Amino acid sequence: MAKKWYGTILAVGALALAASVQAAPPSAAMLANACGGCHGARGVSAGPSMPSLAGQPKAYFIVAMKRFRSGERPSTVMGRLAKGYTDADIEAMAAFFARQKPVPQNGPVDARLVEKGAAIYYKQCKYCHLDNGRLWRQIHQGQDYDKQCRNCHADYGPDTGDETPMIAGQWPKYLKIQMDAFKDGTRKMSKKKAKAMNALSPEDREAVANFYASQTAEVR
Amino acid sequence: MALDRRNFLKLLGAGAASLPLTGHAGDAPPRPGRRVVVIGGGFGGTIAAKYVRMLDPAIEVVLIERNRQHVSCPFSNQVIAGIRQMSDLTIGYDKLAANYGIRILCDEVTAIDPAAREVVTHSGKIGYDRLIISPGIDFRFDEIEGYDPASTPEILPHAWKAGAQTLLLKKQVESMADGGTVIISMPLTPFRCPPGPYERACMIAMYLKKNKPRSKLILLDANPDIVSAGPLFTRAWDTYYKDIIEYLPAKRVTRVDARTKTLFVEGVEGIQGDVVNFVPPQRAGAIAVSSGLVGADRNWCPVKVSTFESTIHNNIHVIGDAAVAGAMPKAGYSANAQAKVCAMNVVALMNGRETMDFAGINVCYSAITEEEDISVAAVYKVAQGNIVAVHDSGGMSPIDFSAARLEHVYAESWLKNILTEMST
Ligand SMILES: Cc1cc2nc3c(=O)[nH]c(=O)nc-3n(C[C@H](O)[C@H](O)[C@H](O)COP(=O)(O)OP(=O)(O)OC[C@H]3O[C@@H](n4cnc5c(N)ncnc54)[C@H](O)[C@@H]3O)c2cc1C
Repeated sequence: MAKKWYGTILAVGALALAASVQAAPPSAAMLANACGGCHGARGVSAGPSMPSLAGQPKAYFIVAMKRFRSGERPSTVMGRLAKGYTDADIEAMAAFFARQKPVPQNGPVDARLVEKGAAIYYKQCKYCHLDNGRLWRQIHQGQDYDKQCRNCHADYGPDTGDETPMIAGQWPKYLKIQMDAFKDGTRKMSKKKAKAMNALSPEDREAVANFYASQTAEVR
Repeated sequence: MALDRRNFLKLLGAGAASLPLTGHAGDAPPRPGRRVVVIGGGFGGTIAAKYVRMLDPAIEVVLIERNRQHVSCPFSNQVIAGIRQMSDLTIGYDKLAANYGIRILCDEVTAIDPAAREVVTHSGKIGYDRLIISPGIDFRFDEIEGYDPASTPEILPHAWKAGAQTLLLKKQVESMADGGTVIISMPLTPFRCPPGPYERACMIAMYLKKNKPRSKLILLDANPDIVSAGPLFTRAWDTYYKDIIEYLPAKRVTRVDARTKTLFVEGVEGIQGDVVNFVPPQRAGAIAVSSGLVGADRNWCPVKVSTFESTIHNNIHVIGDAAVAGAMPKAGYSANAQAKVCAMNVVALMNGRETMDFAGINVCYSAITEEEDISVAAVYKVAQGNIVAVHDSGGMSPIDFSAARLEHVYAESWLKNILTEMST
């Protein structure tokens, strides 16, 4: 039985060779569609621990994927998958997701935690996660390296790419997992981020996650 | 006799009359004479129907599915173990139909006429320009001596199609006395969901350990070794279910006796269980076989590598478990990825555009305890005219289970996302 099966694959492979000669390489949409099984159609996630990709800045997506690929950013599945893509593939997917309309997570958030998280945000997060985590997309489109940019890009300068994701409306569970990873050292962060992050207790992190998630979600 | 548009609407009948003609406000109505028919509203078919409509609203899409709802096989092993509800796994078609202007026909396709480009259902015939079929699997009952397709699965459930069979196996395991023996018997590959049997062993053993600790589970595997994620499953069994699971490779069952719940390995050695989960050898869904879409092996459908067009009949595309898709495992995620590429290429072909090479992903999560999952994953592309896993991509979870708790959390979101994509 097993042997017969193998034979079939070979035969089909040979047939298919002829057919695929004129086919174009996969488009950005085709590459990105495949991510939908886990991240939702067009990168709008319905799963509480799975980040939405729709509307993420291109530069953030590229940096994230390359770090998953090298192992610098810890992951469960993403690192294994990122290894399957070239730089050009990653750039194409980044452009695709950046073009998609972001849709905020639609789960409930805790009003008390949102309020607490807002206070923390205004004290120490807002300098990088601009505009309540919505990231002032116009600024990035304008590409002017001005006073505003220096807030976040102080360590690197604008050319090395913007690592700051759009996290407004992201799933709180995902944000919490990431903050915990920063805190316990499995995910690396800049000195500047470490200064802000290390001050946060587990409950603070929960609060900040709820605050960002609330940024377009219904507050309960 | 093929139905034109008007007759087709009649055929849809009262049940479907409430469906909107097109879902998107402001969509141009599909042009008559450009119709894609999709058979099967599971992991492949729903996505193919949706993406064709998304990519070209001028194409009319009719999705034919025999059931009003689809029950996901993924995560159904957790239902058997009592840690998940069937409702988590059940999707309907109303939102999909409304959002994308897909016509859903709840009916069974009984024949395909490739020359006339028609499918035959219990209620009539429907013409197509291109047909996409994702009928999943059926069983090769005839290869098992003593197996009666109607009565045997009611006594020896396969639970390899989710729904009533899943609940039957769950009930049998629950009503078994402590100290009893559960047997799982798996056929030679290829079968749907390579890690599925080993996940099932974990889930049933987990239930037994908690509720009936003196019981045993024997996994009779026709294959010479664990087919998927072997080191991880071996470790999970050693770590958590050492005194419960006994794994016996190279035990191909060729005869069953439902009355005594006995399985005969290669016709000789008889093994009796209190609960017998016998999974027969598989092939493409019956409609693919009866329509002559299977290849020389008489079981699975050979297709062109990126369009998924049958190499036997033109204008018919086969995706999902039924298709021979190179290195891709028969999985729900694979079917999802294939459906998207197939839809893109079907739309390209119907618009006289160039087709594209395949690119896709597969990720399969398997639960090993109530709080831990492992996974296998890979990225697939076309090389030398076949679908292959990209060199160095993919692989298994870390062997020390260091990621297993987090993977359990992500697995939950995988289920939510993939079912949402299929049903909205
Ligand atoms: C126990 C178990 C666990 C699994 N776990 C996972 C997992 O964790 N992850 C994963 O990715 N995959 C998993 N799978 C595999 C997954 O279920 C299949 O690979 C997937 O369902 C294949 O999709 P498909 O579209 O080919 O078939 P299906 O999803 O089975 O859909 C086929 C549909 O076609 C309909 N149909 C068939 N013939 C006709 C006809 N003639 N007329 C009308 N309708 C028809 C059927 O009613 C059905 O709804 C698992 C499978 C099992 C058994």
